[in-house]
Amino acid sequence: MHNSITKEEVLTWLEEVKDPEIPVLSLVDLGVITAVDIRPEGVTITMTPTFVGCPAMDMMKSDVLEVLHKHGITHAEVQVSFREPWTSDKISTRGREALKSFGLAPPPSGKNLFTDIDVLEHATCPRCNGTNTELKSPFGPTLCRSIHYCLDCREAFEQFKPV
Amino acid sequence: MNEIALKELLYKIADDQLILGHRNSEWTGMGPLLEEDIAFSSMAQDKVGQSYAIYNLLHALGEQEPDTIAFTRNANQFHNSIFTELPNSEYDFSLIRHFLYDTAEIIRFDLLTRSAYQPLADLAVKVRAELRYHTLHANTWIKQLGSATEESISRLQHSLDTALPHALGMFEESLYEQDLIHDSIFAGEKILMERWKQQVEIILSKTQLQLPDWDTLTAVNGGRKGQHSEHLQPLLDEMSEVFRIDPTAEW
Repeated sequence: MHNSITKEEVLTWLEEVKDPEIPVLSLVDLGVITAVDIRPEGVTITMTPTFVGCPAMDMMKSDVLEVLHKHGITHAEVQVSFREPWTSDKISTRGREALKSFGLAPPPSGKNLFTDIDVLEHATCPRCNGTNTELKSPFGPTLCRSIHYCLDCREAFEQFKPV
Repeated sequence: MNEIALKELLYKIADDQLILGHRNSEWTGMGPLLEEDIAFSSMAQDKVGQSYAIYNLLHALGEQEPDTIAFTRNANQFHNSIFTELPNSEYDFSLIRHFLYDTAEIIRFDLLTRSAYQPLADLAVKVRAELRYHTLHANTWIKQLGSATEESISRLQHSLDTALPHALGMFEESLYEQDLIHDSIFAGEKILMERWKQQVEIILSKTQLQLPDWDTLTAVNGGRKGQHSEHLQPLLDEMSEVFRIDPTAEW
């Protein structure tokens, strides 16, 4: 029944599903879709949360199912797995640009995080690109954001946390 | 693999996260400054979310649904350490507990990344990454307030002295300790406690706070076996108040 569908096609459909807390960023660009499994009996999407306690997970799951149903996939399933855990390096280049235009600083590469606190201290301002910034709080309005202040343009901003 | 030992391990880790997560949430709207209000609320959300993920692992092993596990047990069925259920008290006590607890927790999850039980090892990689923010927060404040004014130092010292015997209760051994170690599910409380002591010493050496000789302390145990202080049941009553109005409600 689903033999003619490709993984690429399904991923294109899923670009329609946005992060409920960042409505410009698709789940595909966010990097939380880790597998698309197409079988004659149905389609299984594997997702992994950005943060374990992410409260938007259930909404994202039902949004994914809705899009698949809309494209005629009657037997669709979403499973949550930590086998391939999400890191902020999984956000695509397009996703990073979307974050920035939304006013959220994209996360710096997570690779240096655990040895270098400076990575958190000096975020780049998404408005003026200034680097003369300071960390106000490593915790923000959602689990995945930190709060910063730009000393160049004198505006507070948020950064998607590297993890 | 000894499944009873595995389940007991999962219960105690998840219960610790849930109960301290709930205590952290009591700071919402009450923090001494806005950033701390947000920090404790955020850490609460992380911890409750992490407990949910571990209750889900238990559910996959045949235990009840996460909500049922979290909201319908009585105090004597919880395996959290007594340390996590103590009231928040003043901010200095909450901060000291946060430091002592999360220092242990990040080492625990680091050890669990090498667990032979793969679903737990997978989850531990993720949780460990999140806990970096919690220890970063705790270490920053302990280092600053532990060397700031006479009042901040004496308050933290008093809370540290009160907290330490309870903190040692986090490492109360399981009846199945040897099974866990033998099956490579978990490296064991002894190794965890030794690493924890080293890390606590490193951070506190950067402050004016004094650690007593470890040998003079007696651990407050019992929580892992369901023997709790008088503080747990009222916490559970409050936490499950809404759930119990209608346990079948769809939220």
